[in-house]
Amino acid sequence: MPRSNDVQPEDTIHRGPPVTVGRYGPGKRLNHWITASCLILLLLSGLSMFHPSLFFLTDLFGGGQNTRMLHPWIGVVLFLSFFIFFAQLWRANLPNRTDAQWVSQIGDVVNGHEERLPEIGKYNAGQKFIFWGMAFFIIVLIVSGIIIWEQYFGEATPIDVRRIAVLTHSVSAVLIILLFILHVYAAIWTRGTLRAMTRGSVTGGWAWRHHRKWLKELAGRGRIDPAE
Amino acid sequence: MDSPRTAVSNPPVQPMESNLTQRDLVRRSATSELPPPDRQLTPVAKLIDVSKCIGCKACQSACIEWNDTFPDIEENVGVYTNPHDLTENMFTLMRFTEWVNPETDNLEWLIRKDGCMHCADPGCLKACPSPGAIVQYSNGIVDFIHENCIGCGYCVKGCPFNIPRISKVDHRAYKCTLCSDRVAMGQGPACAKACPTQAIVFGTKDDMKKHADERIADLKSRGYANAGLYDPPGVGGTHVMYVLHHNDKPHIYADLPDDPKISAVIEVWKGVTKYTGLAAMGLAAAGAILHGLFGKANRVEPEDEVSAEKLVEEAEDLREGA
Ligand code: HEM
Ligand code: SF4
Ligand code: SF4
Ligand code: SF4
Repeated sequence: MPRSNDVQPEDTIHRGPPVTVGRYGPGKRLNHWITASCLILLLLSGLSMFHPSLFFLTDLFGGGQNTRMLHPWIGVVLFLSFFIFFAQLWRANLPNRTDAQWVSQIGDVVNGHEERLPEIGKYNAGQKFIFWGMAFFIIVLIVSGIIIWEQYFGEATPIDVRRIAVLTHSVSAVLIILLFILHVYAAIWTRGTLRAMTRGSVTGGWAWRHHRKWLKELAGRGRIDPAE
Repeated sequence: MDSPRTAVSNPPVQPMESNLTQRDLVRRSATSELPPPDRQLTPVAKLIDVSKCIGCKACQSACIEWNDTFPDIEENVGVYTNPHDLTENMFTLMRFTEWVNPETDNLEWLIRKDGCMHCADPGCLKACPSPGAIVQYSNGIVDFIHENCIGCGYCVKGCPFNIPRISKVDHRAYKCTLCSDRVAMGQGPACAKACPTQAIVFGTKDDMKKHADERIADLKSRGYANAGLYDPPGVGGTHVMYVLHHNDKPHIYADLPDDPKISAVIEVWKGVTKYTGLAAMGLAAAGAILHGLFGKANRVEPEDEVSAEKLVEEAEDLREGA
Protein backbone atom coordinates (compact mmCIF):
# COMPACT_ATOMS: atom_id res chain seq x y z
CA MET A 1 0.00 0.00 0.00
CA PRO A 2 1.49 3.36 -0.96
CA ARG A 3 2.08 5.85 1.79
CA SER A 4 -1.17 7.76 2.15
CA ASN A 5 -1.24 11.52 2.37
CA ASP A 6 -4.05 11.30 4.86
CA VAL A 7 -2.32 9.67 7.80
CA GLN A 8 -0.19 11.90 9.94
CA PRO A 9 2.06 10.91 12.82
CA GLU A 10 -0.37 11.81 15.59
CA ASP A 11 -3.42 10.23 13.93
CA THR A 12 -4.18 7.29 16.22
CA ILE A 13 -7.27 5.41 17.34
CA HIS A 14 -7.70 5.15 21.11
CA ARG A 15 -9.80 2.07 21.91
CA GLY A 16 -11.80 3.48 24.76
CA PRO A 17 -14.63 2.80 25.19
CA PRO A 18 -15.70 5.20 23.90
CA VAL A 19 -13.41 5.11 20.90
CA THR A 20 -11.65 8.41 20.21
CA VAL A 21 -9.29 9.33 17.38
CA GLY A 22 -6.27 11.60 17.72
CA ARG A 23 -6.33 14.26 14.97
CA TYR A 24 -3.93 17.04 15.99
CA GLY A 25 -0.92 16.94 18.29
CA PRO A 26 -0.21 19.72 20.80
CA GLY A 27 2.21 21.57 18.47
CA LYS A 28 -0.32 21.82 15.67
CA ARG A 29 -3.05 22.91 18.04
CA LEU A 30 -0.91 25.63 19.59
CA ASN A 31 0.05 26.87 16.17
CA HIS A 32 -3.54 26.81 14.98
CA TRP A 33 -4.59 29.04 17.86
CA ILE A 34 -1.70 31.43 17.27
CA THR A 35 -2.82 31.72 13.65
CA ALA A 36 -6.44 32.15 14.68
CA SER A 37 -5.65 34.84 17.27
CA CYS A 38 -3.56 36.73 14.74
CA LEU A 39 -6.32 36.55 12.18
CA ILE A 40 -8.87 37.91 14.66
CA LEU A 41 -6.54 40.72 15.75
CA LEU A 42 -5.80 41.55 12.10
CA LEU A 43 -9.48 41.55 11.28
CA LEU A 44 -10.26 43.95 14.12
CA SER A 45 -7.31 46.28 13.54
CA GLY A 46 -7.68 46.19 9.75
CA LEU A 47 -11.40 46.84 9.78
CA SER A 48 -10.87 49.88 12.01
CA MET A 49 -9.04 51.47 9.08
CA PHE A 50 -11.39 49.98 6.50
CA HIS A 51 -14.43 52.12 7.26
CA PRO A 52 -15.05 55.17 9.46
CA SER A 53 -17.96 53.43 11.18
CA LEU A 54 -15.46 50.88 12.53
CA PHE A 55 -12.73 53.34 13.52
CA PHE A 56 -13.73 52.91 17.18
CA LEU A 57 -12.04 49.48 17.04
CA THR A 58 -8.70 51.32 17.25
CA ASP A 59 -9.49 51.79 20.97
CA LEU A 60 -8.87 48.05 21.42
CA PHE A 61 -5.26 48.56 20.39
CA GLY A 62 -4.60 51.78 22.26
CA GLY A 63 -5.50 54.33 19.58
CA GLY A 64 -5.04 54.86 15.87
CA GLN A 65 -1.25 55.25 15.87
CA ASN A 66 -0.78 51.97 17.76
CA THR A 67 -3.27 50.15 15.56
CA ARG A 68 -1.45 51.32 12.44
CA MET A 69 1.88 50.27 13.93
CA LEU A 70 0.79 46.86 15.27
CA HIS A 71 -1.34 45.57 12.39
CA PRO A 72 1.50 44.74 9.97
CA TRP A 73 3.58 43.04 12.67
CA ILE A 74 0.67 40.81 13.62
CA GLY A 75 0.45 40.05 9.90
CA VAL A 76 4.05 38.87 9.89
CA VAL A 77 3.37 36.54 12.84
CA LEU A 78 0.26 35.22 11.08
CA PHE A 79 2.23 34.56 7.93
CA LEU A 80 4.93 32.60 9.77
CA SER A 81 2.59 30.55 11.91
CA PHE A 82 0.23 29.77 9.05
CA PHE A 83 3.00 28.57 6.80
CA ILE A 84 4.42 26.24 9.42
CA PHE A 85 0.92 24.81 9.62
CA PHE A 86 0.74 24.75 5.83
CA ALA A 87 3.95 22.74 5.52
CA GLN A 88 2.52 20.10 7.84
CA LEU A 89 -0.91 19.81 6.26
CA TRP A 90 -0.66 20.48 2.54
CA ARG A 91 -0.27 16.85 1.46
CA ALA A 92 -3.45 15.81 3.20
CA ASN A 93 -5.20 18.69 1.43
CA LEU A 94 -4.29 17.74 -2.13
CA PRO A 95 -7.47 17.47 -4.18
CA ASN A 96 -8.64 14.07 -5.46
CA ARG A 97 -11.54 12.58 -7.39
CA THR A 98 -13.77 12.23 -4.34
CA ASP A 99 -13.66 16.00 -3.94
CA ALA A 100 -15.41 16.56 -7.27
CA GLN A 101 -18.09 14.12 -6.20
CA TRP A 102 -18.47 15.92 -2.86
CA VAL A 103 -18.85 19.28 -4.57
CA SER A 104 -21.43 17.93 -7.02
CA GLN A 105 -23.47 16.68 -4.06
CA ILE A 106 -23.15 19.87 -2.02
CA GLY A 107 -26.94 19.77 -1.43
CA ASP A 108 -26.57 16.49 0.45
CA VAL A 109 -23.71 17.93 2.47
CA VAL A 110 -25.74 20.94 3.57
CA ASN A 111 -28.77 18.82 4.39
CA GLY A 112 -26.71 16.40 6.47
CA HIS A 113 -27.19 13.36 4.19
CA GLU A 114 -23.65 12.19 4.48
CA GLU A 115 -24.68 8.58 3.95
CA ARG A 116 -25.26 9.48 0.27
CA LEU A 117 -21.69 10.73 -0.17
CA PRO A 118 -18.58 8.70 -0.92
CA GLU A 119 -16.32 7.95 2.05
CA ILE A 120 -14.02 10.88 2.83
CA GLY A 121 -10.36 10.93 3.85
CA LYS A 122 -8.88 13.22 6.49
CA TYR A 123 -10.28 16.34 4.79
CA ASN A 124 -13.35 16.91 2.65
CA ALA A 125 -13.46 19.27 -0.33
CA GLY A 126 -14.91 22.09 1.78
CA GLN A 127 -12.06 21.89 4.26
CA LYS A 128 -9.54 21.77 1.42
CA PHE A 129 -11.15 24.81 -0.16
CA ILE A 130 -10.73 26.76 3.07
CA PHE A 131 -7.16 25.55 3.46
CA TRP A 132 -6.04 26.63 -0.02
CA GLY A 133 -8.12 29.80 0.11
CA MET A 134 -6.46 30.85 3.35
CA ALA A 135 -3.01 30.06 1.95
CA PHE A 136 -3.72 32.09 -1.19
CA PHE A 137 -5.12 35.15 0.56
CA ILE A 138 -2.45 35.18 3.25
CA ILE A 139 0.19 35.36 0.53
CA VAL A 140 -1.70 38.13 -1.27
CA LEU A 141 -2.19 39.99 2.01
CA ILE A 142 1.42 39.78 3.11
CA VAL A 143 2.72 40.93 -0.26
CA SER A 144 0.24 43.81 -0.63
CA GLY A 145 0.54 44.59 3.08
CA ILE A 146 4.30 44.98 2.90
CA ILE A 147 4.00 47.24 -0.14
CA ILE A 148 1.69 49.60 1.78
CA TRP A 149 3.69 49.38 5.04
CA GLU A 150 4.40 53.10 5.22
CA GLN A 151 6.86 52.97 8.09
CA TYR A 152 9.44 50.78 6.33
CA PHE A 153 8.43 50.45 2.70
CA GLY A 154 6.63 53.75 2.08
CA GLU A 155 8.79 54.82 -0.82
CA ALA A 156 10.04 51.41 -1.96
CA THR A 157 7.56 51.00 -4.80
CA PRO A 158 6.06 53.46 -7.35
CA ILE A 159 2.81 55.16 -6.42
CA ASP A 160 0.73 53.18 -8.96
CA VAL A 161 1.89 49.94 -7.39
CA ARG A 162 1.03 51.21 -3.92
CA ARG A 163 -2.45 52.24 -5.05
CA ILE A 164 -3.13 48.83 -6.56
CA ALA A 165 -1.69 47.16 -3.46
CA VAL A 166 -3.98 49.04 -1.09
CA LEU A 167 -7.02 48.10 -3.19
CA THR A 168 -5.86 44.48 -3.42
CA HIS A 169 -5.26 44.36 0.33
CA SER A 170 -8.70 45.75 1.04
CA VAL A 171 -10.50 43.33 -1.29
CA SER A 172 -8.49 40.30 -0.13
CA ALA A 173 -9.17 41.23 3.48
CA VAL A 174 -12.91 41.13 2.80
CA LEU A 175 -12.57 37.77 1.07
CA ILE A 176 -10.43 36.17 3.77
CA ILE A 177 -12.90 37.39 6.39
CA LEU A 178 -15.72 35.70 4.46
CA LEU A 179 -13.62 32.54 4.34
CA PHE A 180 -12.97 32.84 8.06
CA ILE A 181 -16.70 33.13 8.81
CA LEU A 182 -17.33 30.04 6.69
CA HIS A 183 -14.55 28.16 8.50
CA VAL A 184 -15.81 28.98 11.99
CA TYR A 185 -19.39 28.31 10.99
CA ALA A 186 -18.57 24.90 9.53
CA ALA A 187 -16.56 23.92 12.60
CA ILE A 188 -19.50 24.75 14.86
CA TRP A 189 -22.29 23.42 12.63
CA THR A 190 -20.53 20.06 12.36
CA ARG A 191 -20.91 19.24 16.04
CA GLY A 192 -17.98 17.51 17.68
CA THR A 193 -15.39 19.21 15.46
CA LEU A 194 -14.08 21.85 17.83
CA ARG A 195 -12.60 19.29 20.21
CA ALA A 196 -10.18 18.30 17.42
CA MET A 197 -8.50 21.66 17.97
CA THR A 198 -9.01 21.89 21.72
CA ARG A 199 -8.38 18.36 23.01
CA GLY A 200 -6.74 17.15 19.83
CA SER A 201 -9.09 14.20 19.34
CA VAL A 202 -12.54 13.45 17.97
CA THR A 203 -14.99 10.69 18.83
CA GLY A 204 -14.97 7.49 16.82
CA GLY A 205 -18.51 8.25 15.70
CA TRP A 206 -17.45 11.65 14.36
CA ALA A 207 -14.68 10.06 12.34
CA TRP A 208 -17.02 7.33 11.11
CA ARG A 209 -19.68 9.83 10.07
CA HIS A 210 -17.51 12.48 8.41
CA HIS A 211 -14.15 10.94 7.52
CA ARG A 212 -14.79 7.22 7.25
CA LYS A 213 -12.04 6.54 4.71
CA TRP A 214 -9.52 8.10 7.08
CA LEU A 215 -10.83 6.08 10.04
CA LYS A 216 -10.75 2.85 8.04
CA GLU A 217 -7.25 3.58 6.90
CA LEU A 218 -6.08 4.11 10.47
CA ALA A 219 -7.79 0.90 11.59
CA GLY A 220 -6.45 -1.03 8.62
CA ARG A 221 -2.90 0.07 9.37
CA GLY A 222 -3.27 -0.88 13.00
CA ARG A 223 -2.80 2.68 14.17
CA ILE A 224 -4.58 1.68 17.34
CA ASP A 225 -3.36 2.32 20.86
CA PRO A 226 -2.58 -0.88 22.73
CA ALA A 227 -5.44 -1.77 25.05
CA GLU A 228 -4.92 -0.59 28.58
CA MET B 1 -13.84 88.26 10.02
CA ASP B 2 -13.66 86.95 6.46
CA SER B 3 -10.63 85.75 4.49
CA PRO B 4 -7.70 88.16 4.02
CA ARG B 5 -7.51 89.82 0.60
CA THR B 6 -3.75 90.07 0.20
CA ALA B 7 -0.44 88.90 1.61
CA VAL B 8 1.24 92.25 1.24
CA SER B 9 -0.34 94.38 3.92
CA ASN B 10 0.58 93.94 7.52
CA PRO B 11 -1.94 92.29 9.81
CA PRO B 12 -4.25 94.12 12.15
CA VAL B 13 -2.61 94.68 15.54
CA GLN B 14 -5.66 94.52 17.74
CA PRO B 15 -6.52 91.10 19.24
CA MET B 16 -8.89 89.10 17.08
CA GLU B 17 -10.62 85.77 16.88
CA SER B 18 -9.56 83.02 14.52
CA ASN B 19 -11.65 82.90 11.38
CA LEU B 20 -10.96 79.21 10.78
CA THR B 21 -12.96 77.19 13.29
CA GLN B 22 -14.78 73.89 13.46
CA ARG B 23 -17.84 75.75 12.15
CA ASP B 24 -16.01 76.52 8.92
CA LEU B 25 -15.37 72.92 7.88
CA VAL B 26 -16.95 71.79 4.63
CA ARG B 27 -15.23 68.39 4.65
CA ARG B 28 -13.69 66.28 7.39
CA SER B 29 -11.91 62.98 6.68
CA ALA B 30 -13.75 59.75 7.60
CA THR B 31 -16.75 61.75 8.78
CA SER B 32 -20.07 61.28 7.01
CA GLU B 33 -22.38 63.55 8.97
CA LEU B 34 -20.67 66.89 9.16
CA PRO B 35 -23.05 69.71 10.08
CA PRO B 36 -23.13 72.30 7.29
CA PRO B 37 -21.02 75.38 8.09
CA ASP B 38 -23.05 78.30 9.33
CA ARG B 39 -21.24 80.78 7.13
CA GLN B 40 -19.39 80.73 3.83
CA LEU B 41 -15.93 82.30 3.84
CA THR B 42 -14.72 83.88 0.64
CA PRO B 43 -12.60 81.32 -1.24
CA VAL B 44 -8.93 82.25 -1.27
CA ALA B 45 -6.12 81.27 -3.60
CA LYS B 46 -2.41 81.57 -4.03
CA LEU B 47 -1.32 82.39 -7.56
CA ILE B 48 2.20 81.42 -8.61
CA ASP B 49 3.42 83.07 -11.77
CA VAL B 50 6.30 80.88 -12.91
CA SER B 51 7.34 83.50 -15.49
CA LYS B 52 8.17 85.96 -12.72
CA CYS B 53 10.08 83.59 -10.45
CA ILE B 54 13.82 84.15 -10.16
CA GLY B 55 14.49 81.04 -8.11
CA CYS B 56 15.76 82.87 -5.04
CA LYS B 57 13.98 80.50 -2.63
CA ALA B 58 12.97 83.26 -0.27
CA CYS B 59 9.60 81.49 -0.23
CA GLN B 60 11.21 78.24 0.93
CA SER B 61 13.07 80.06 3.66
CA ALA B 62 9.96 81.89 4.78
CA CYS B 63 8.09 78.58 4.88
CA ILE B 64 10.78 76.96 7.02
CA GLU B 65 10.86 79.94 9.32
CA TRP B 66 7.12 80.34 9.78
CA ASN B 67 6.44 76.63 10.23
CA ASP B 68 9.55 76.18 12.38
CA THR B 69 10.74 73.12 10.49
CA PHE B 70 14.31 71.87 10.20
CA PRO B 71 15.03 70.31 6.80
CA ASP B 72 18.20 68.21 6.73
CA ILE B 73 21.32 69.84 5.36
CA GLU B 74 22.01 67.85 2.21
CA GLU B 75 24.87 67.45 -0.21
CA ASN B 76 25.04 69.53 -3.39
CA VAL B 77 24.55 67.11 -6.27
CA GLY B 78 24.84 69.75 -8.99
CA VAL B 79 21.24 70.90 -9.24
CA TYR B 80 19.55 73.91 -7.74
CA THR B 81 16.63 71.92 -6.36
CA ASN B 82 17.34 71.73 -2.65
CA PRO B 83 16.47 69.68 -0.64
CA HIS B 84 16.14 66.84 -3.14
CA ASP B 85 12.38 66.51 -2.65
CA LEU B 86 9.46 67.69 -0.54
CA THR B 87 9.85 66.28 2.95
CA GLU B 88 7.98 66.37 6.22
CA ASN B 89 10.18 69.37 7.02
CA MET B 90 10.01 71.08 3.61
CA PHE B 91 6.45 71.88 2.59
CA THR B 92 7.37 73.77 -0.57
CA LEU B 93 10.17 73.20 -3.04
CA MET B 94 11.49 75.11 -6.04
CA ARG B 95 11.88 72.55 -8.81
CA PHE B 96 14.31 73.57 -11.54
CA THR B 97 14.06 72.16 -15.07
CA GLU B 98 16.30 72.87 -18.04
CA TRP B 99 14.06 72.61 -21.07
CA VAL B 100 14.97 73.15 -24.70
CA ASN B 101 12.04 74.69 -26.53
CA PRO B 102 11.82 72.71 -29.81
CA GLU B 103 10.26 75.69 -31.60
CA THR B 104 12.97 78.22 -30.79
CA ASP B 105 15.83 75.90 -29.83
CA ASN B 106 16.27 78.11 -26.79
CA LEU B 107 17.16 76.71 -23.41
CA GLU B 108 14.44 77.74 -20.98
CA TRP B 109 15.05 77.50 -17.28
CA LEU B 110 11.73 76.53 -15.76
CA ILE B 111 11.26 77.02 -12.05
CA ARG B 112 8.12 75.75 -10.39
CA LYS B 113 7.23 76.16 -6.76
CA ASP B 114 5.92 72.68 -5.80
CA GLY B 115 3.64 72.07 -2.85
CA CYS B 116 0.07 71.26 -1.93
CA MET B 117 -2.43 72.59 -4.49
CA HIS B 118 -5.35 72.75 -2.04
CA CYS B 119 -7.65 70.86 -4.37
CA ALA B 120 -11.37 71.58 -4.29
CA ASP B 121 -11.82 67.79 -4.46
CA PRO B 122 -8.88 66.58 -2.35
CA GLY B 123 -7.78 62.99 -2.92
CA CYS B 124 -5.83 62.99 0.33
CA LEU B 125 -8.97 63.67 2.31
CA LYS B 126 -10.94 61.08 0.40
CA ALA B 127 -8.36 58.40 1.20
CA CYS B 128 -7.82 59.22 4.88
CA PRO B 129 -9.28 56.63 7.30
CA SER B 130 -8.91 58.68 10.46
CA PRO B 131 -11.78 60.98 11.48
CA GLY B 132 -10.70 64.61 11.37
CA ALA B 133 -7.07 64.05 10.35
CA ILE B 134 -7.70 66.05 7.16
CA VAL B 135 -10.16 68.93 6.94
CA GLN B 136 -11.26 71.39 4.30
CA TYR B 137 -12.45 74.88 5.24
CA SER B 138 -15.07 76.84 3.35
CA ASN B 139 -12.35 79.22 2.09
CA GLY B 140 -10.79 76.26 0.25
CA ILE B 141 -7.82 75.46 2.50
CA VAL B 142 -7.10 71.74 2.97
CA ASP B 143 -5.35 71.19 6.29
CA PHE B 144 -3.84 68.22 8.13
CA ILE B 145 -4.76 68.01 11.81
CA HIS B 146 -1.77 66.17 13.19
CA GLU B 147 -3.21 65.01 16.48
CA ASN B 148 -5.79 62.94 14.59
CA CYS B 149 -3.33 61.43 12.12
CA ILE B 150 -2.44 57.75 12.49
CA GLY B 151 0.41 57.73 9.97
CA CYS B 152 -1.02 55.16 7.58
CA GLY B 153 0.08 56.98 4.42
CA TYR B 154 -3.27 56.61 2.65
CA CYS B 155 -3.27 60.36 1.89
CA VAL B 156 -0.05 59.84 -0.10
CA LYS B 157 -1.88 57.32 -2.30
CA GLY B 158 -4.92 59.56 -2.65
CA CYS B 159 -3.05 62.71 -3.71
CA PRO B 160 -2.73 63.23 -7.48
CA PHE B 161 0.19 65.64 -6.96
CA ASN B 162 2.47 63.50 -4.74
CA ILE B 163 2.46 65.98 -1.88
CA PRO B 164 1.99 64.52 1.64
CA ARG B 165 5.04 63.18 3.45
CA ILE B 166 4.96 60.97 6.56
CA SER B 167 7.45 61.85 9.27
CA LYS B 168 9.70 59.00 10.37
CA VAL B 169 9.93 60.67 13.77
CA ASP B 170 6.33 61.17 14.86
CA HIS B 171 4.61 59.13 12.10
CA ARG B 172 2.28 61.90 11.05
CA ALA B 173 1.56 63.43 7.65
CA TYR B 174 2.86 66.89 6.72
CA LYS B 175 2.32 69.28 3.83
CA CYS B 176 1.77 72.97 3.04
CA THR B 177 -1.09 74.38 5.12
CA LEU B 178 -1.53 77.46 2.91
CA CYS B 179 -0.51 79.09 6.20
CA SER B 180 -3.97 78.35 7.59
CA ASP B 181 -2.78 79.70 10.94
CA ARG B 182 -1.85 83.04 9.33
CA VAL B 183 -4.93 83.20 7.13
CA ALA B 184 -7.07 82.57 10.22
CA MET B 185 -5.61 85.80 11.61
CA GLY B 186 -6.02 87.90 8.51
CA GLN B 187 -2.54 87.42 7.08
CA GLY B 188 -1.48 85.96 3.77
CA PRO B 189 0.89 82.99 3.48
CA ALA B 190 4.52 83.47 4.50
CA CYS B 191 5.87 82.53 1.05
CA ALA B 192 3.71 85.12 -0.69
CA LYS B 193 4.75 87.74 1.79
CA ALA B 194 8.44 86.96 1.29
CA CYS B 195 8.53 86.74 -2.50
CA PRO B 196 10.63 89.67 -3.80
CA THR B 197 9.22 89.62 -7.35
CA GLN B 198 5.57 89.08 -6.49
CA ALA B 199 5.68 85.82 -8.42
CA ILE B 200 3.53 84.54 -5.54
CA VAL B 201 0.42 86.55 -4.82
CA PHE B 202 -2.47 85.76 -2.55
CA GLY B 203 -6.07 86.90 -2.31
CA THR B 204 -9.60 85.80 -3.08
CA LYS B 205 -9.82 83.18 -5.77
CA ASP B 206 -11.80 85.56 -8.00
CA ASP B 207 -9.21 88.30 -7.65
CA MET B 208 -6.41 85.87 -8.37
CA LYS B 209 -8.11 84.72 -11.56
CA LYS B 210 -8.49 88.33 -12.67
CA HIS B 211 -4.87 89.01 -11.88
CA ALA B 212 -3.91 85.88 -13.82
CA ASP B 213 -5.83 87.12 -16.86
CA GLU B 214 -3.74 90.28 -16.90
CA ARG B 215 -0.55 88.32 -16.57
CA ILE B 216 -1.58 85.91 -19.34
CA ALA B 217 -2.48 88.78 -21.67
CA ASP B 218 0.94 90.28 -21.01
CA LEU B 219 2.72 86.96 -21.69
CA LYS B 220 0.77 86.44 -24.89
CA SER B 221 1.70 89.91 -26.08
CA ARG B 222 5.32 88.90 -25.56
CA GLY B 223 5.08 85.82 -27.74
CA TYR B 224 3.96 83.09 -25.31
CA ALA B 225 0.93 82.08 -27.33
CA ASN B 226 0.09 79.17 -25.02
CA ALA B 227 0.34 81.07 -21.75
CA GLY B 228 -2.53 80.21 -19.45
CA LEU B 229 -3.89 79.54 -15.98
CA TYR B 230 -3.39 76.15 -14.34
CA ASP B 231 -6.53 75.55 -12.26
CA PRO B 232 -7.15 71.89 -13.15
CA PRO B 233 -10.85 70.98 -13.42
CA GLY B 234 -10.13 67.26 -12.83
CA VAL B 235 -9.78 67.98 -9.10
CA GLY B 236 -12.52 70.62 -9.10
CA GLY B 237 -10.01 73.45 -9.45
CA THR B 238 -7.32 74.30 -6.93
CA HIS B 239 -6.65 77.02 -4.39
CA VAL B 240 -3.03 77.18 -5.46
CA MET B 241 -2.87 78.09 -9.15
CA TYR B 242 -0.06 78.64 -11.61
CA VAL B 243 0.38 81.04 -14.47
CA LEU B 244 2.36 78.92 -16.94
CA HIS B 245 3.95 80.32 -20.09
CA HIS B 246 3.47 76.90 -21.70
CA ASN B 247 0.07 75.96 -20.31
CA ASP B 248 -0.44 73.49 -23.18
CA LYS B 249 2.18 71.18 -21.62
CA PRO B 250 2.25 71.45 -17.82
CA HIS B 251 4.40 68.29 -17.60
CA ILE B 252 7.53 70.16 -18.72
CA TYR B 253 7.48 71.93 -15.36
CA ALA B 254 9.05 69.06 -13.38
CA ASP B 255 6.21 66.64 -14.14
CA LEU B 256 3.28 68.82 -13.18
CA PRO B 257 0.32 66.57 -14.16
CA ASP B 258 -1.38 67.62 -17.40
CA ASP B 259 -4.82 66.51 -16.27
CA PRO B 260 -4.71 65.57 -12.59
CA LYS B 261 -7.58 63.68 -11.04
CA ILE B 262 -8.04 61.26 -8.20
CA SER B 263 -6.86 57.85 -9.44
CA ALA B 264 -9.62 55.45 -10.53
CA VAL B 265 -8.03 52.80 -8.30
CA ILE B 266 -8.52 55.08 -5.29
CA GLU B 267 -12.14 55.75 -6.29
CA VAL B 268 -12.85 52.01 -6.48
CA TRP B 269 -11.04 51.35 -3.20
CA LYS B 270 -12.86 54.10 -1.32
CA GLY B 271 -16.19 53.54 -3.10
CA VAL B 272 -17.62 50.24 -4.22
CA THR B 273 -15.11 48.14 -2.23
CA LYS B 274 -16.32 49.62 1.04
CA TYR B 275 -20.06 49.28 0.41
CA THR B 276 -19.99 45.80 -1.04
CA GLY B 277 -17.32 44.70 1.44
CA LEU B 278 -19.27 45.81 4.49
CA ALA B 279 -22.50 44.39 3.09
CA ALA B 280 -20.92 41.00 2.27
CA MET B 281 -19.20 40.66 5.65
CA GLY B 282 -22.31 41.81 7.51
CA LEU B 283 -24.62 39.43 5.68
CA ALA B 284 -22.25 36.48 6.04
CA ALA B 285 -21.83 37.07 9.78
CA ALA B 286 -25.56 37.59 10.36
CA GLY B 287 -26.46 34.58 8.21
CA ALA B 288 -24.00 32.34 10.04
CA ILE B 289 -25.25 33.43 13.45
CA LEU B 290 -28.94 33.06 12.52
CA HIS B 291 -28.45 29.67 10.90
CA GLY B 292 -26.31 28.59 13.82
CA LEU B 293 -29.07 29.50 16.28
CA PHE B 294 -32.10 28.29 14.36
CA GLY B 295 -30.83 25.82 11.77
CA LYS B 296 -30.38 22.10 12.28
CA ALA B 297 -26.87 21.17 13.31
CA ASN B 298 -25.00 18.19 11.88
CA ARG B 299 -24.76 15.87 14.86
CA VAL B 300 -23.01 12.55 15.33
CA GLU B 301 -25.64 9.83 15.98
CA PRO B 302 -25.26 7.03 18.53
CA GLU B 303 -25.20 4.53 15.62
CA ASP B 304 -22.09 6.27 14.32
CA GLU B 305 -20.32 5.60 17.60
CA VAL B 306 -21.43 1.97 17.55
CA SER B 307 -20.21 1.54 13.98
CA ALA B 308 -16.86 3.05 14.88
CA GLU B 309 -16.49 0.70 17.83
CA LYS B 310 -17.32 -2.29 15.65
CA LEU B 311 -14.80 -1.20 13.06
CA VAL B 312 -12.05 -0.91 15.64
CA GLU B 313 -12.88 -4.29 17.18
CA GLU B 314 -12.86 -6.01 13.81
CA ALA B 315 -9.57 -4.44 12.95
CA GLU B 316 -8.10 -5.62 16.24
CA ASP B 317 -9.44 -9.14 15.76
CA LEU B 318 -7.99 -9.24 12.30
CA ARG B 319 -4.58 -8.30 13.60
CA GLU B 320 -4.70 -10.74 16.47
CA GLY B 321 -5.78 -13.50 14.07
CA ALA B 322 -2.90 -12.72 11.75
C1 HEM C 1 -0.32 39.06 6.26
C2 HEM C 1 0.28 40.17 6.59
C3 HEM C 1 -0.38 41.53 6.61
C4 HEM C 1 0.31 42.70 6.52
C5 HEM C 1 1.82 42.84 6.39
C6 HEM C 1 -0.66 43.76 6.55
C7 HEM C 1 -0.36 45.11 6.44
C8 HEM C 1 -1.28 46.13 6.37
C9 HEM C 1 -0.95 47.52 6.28
C10 HEM C 1 0.47 48.07 6.22
C11 HEM C 1 -2.11 48.22 6.26
C12 HEM C 1 -2.24 49.73 6.22
C13 HEM C 1 -2.47 50.22 7.61
C14 HEM C 1 -1.22 50.08 8.48
O1 HEM C 1 -0.16 50.63 8.11
O2 HEM C 1 -1.33 49.41 9.51
C15 HEM C 1 -3.19 47.28 6.29
C16 HEM C 1 -4.54 47.57 6.23
C17 HEM C 1 -5.56 46.63 6.33
N1 HEM C 1 -5.41 45.27 6.57
FE1 HEM C 1 -3.67 44.29 6.61
N2 HEM C 1 -1.91 43.23 6.68
C18 HEM C 1 -1.79 41.86 6.72
C19 HEM C 1 -2.81 40.94 6.87
C20 HEM C 1 -4.15 41.25 6.97
C21 HEM C 1 -5.22 40.28 7.18
C22 HEM C 1 -5.05 38.78 7.36
C23 HEM C 1 -6.38 40.99 7.19
C24 HEM C 1 -7.80 40.50 7.37
C25 HEM C 1 -8.19 39.69 8.30
C26 HEM C 1 -6.06 42.38 6.97
C27 HEM C 1 -6.97 43.39 6.89
C28 HEM C 1 -6.68 44.71 6.64
C29 HEM C 1 -7.67 45.72 6.39
C30 HEM C 1 -9.19 45.52 6.37
C31 HEM C 1 -6.98 46.91 6.20
C32 HEM C 1 -7.60 48.26 5.88
C33 HEM C 1 -7.69 48.37 4.38
C34 HEM C 1 -8.43 49.62 3.98
O3 HEM C 1 -8.25 50.65 4.63
O4 HEM C 1 -9.19 49.55 3.00
N3 HEM C 1 -4.68 42.50 6.84
N4 HEM C 1 -2.66 45.99 6.37
S1 SF4 D 1 -1.27 59.45 7.23
FE1 SF4 D 1 -2.61 60.70 8.57
S2 SF4 D 1 -3.48 62.26 7.26
FE2 SF4 D 1 -2.60 60.70 5.90
S3 SF4 D 1 -4.34 59.34 5.47
FE3 SF4 D 1 -3.29 58.44 7.25
S4 SF4 D 1 -4.34 59.33 9.02
FE4 SF4 D 1 -4.94 60.58 7.25
S1 SF4 E 1 -2.52 68.52 -3.63
FE1 SF4 E 1 -2.64 66.52 -2.64
S2 SF4 E 1 -2.33 66.96 -0.49
FE2 SF4 E 1 -2.89 68.91 -1.47
S3 SF4 E 1 -5.14 69.02 -1.27
FE3 SF4 E 1 -4.71 68.09 -3.27
S4 SF4 E 1 -4.80 65.91 -2.79
FE4 SF4 E 1 -4.54 66.93 -0.83
S1 SF4 F 1 10.35 83.77 -3.30
FE1 SF4 F 1 9.30 84.22 -5.25
S2 SF4 F 1 10.96 84.54 -6.71
FE2 SF4 F 1 11.90 83.60 -4.93
S3 SF4 F 1 11.86 81.39 -5.42
FE3 SF4 F 1 9.98 81.80 -4.29
S4 SF4 F 1 8.45 82.22 -5.86
FE4 SF4 F 1 10.45 82.39 -6.85
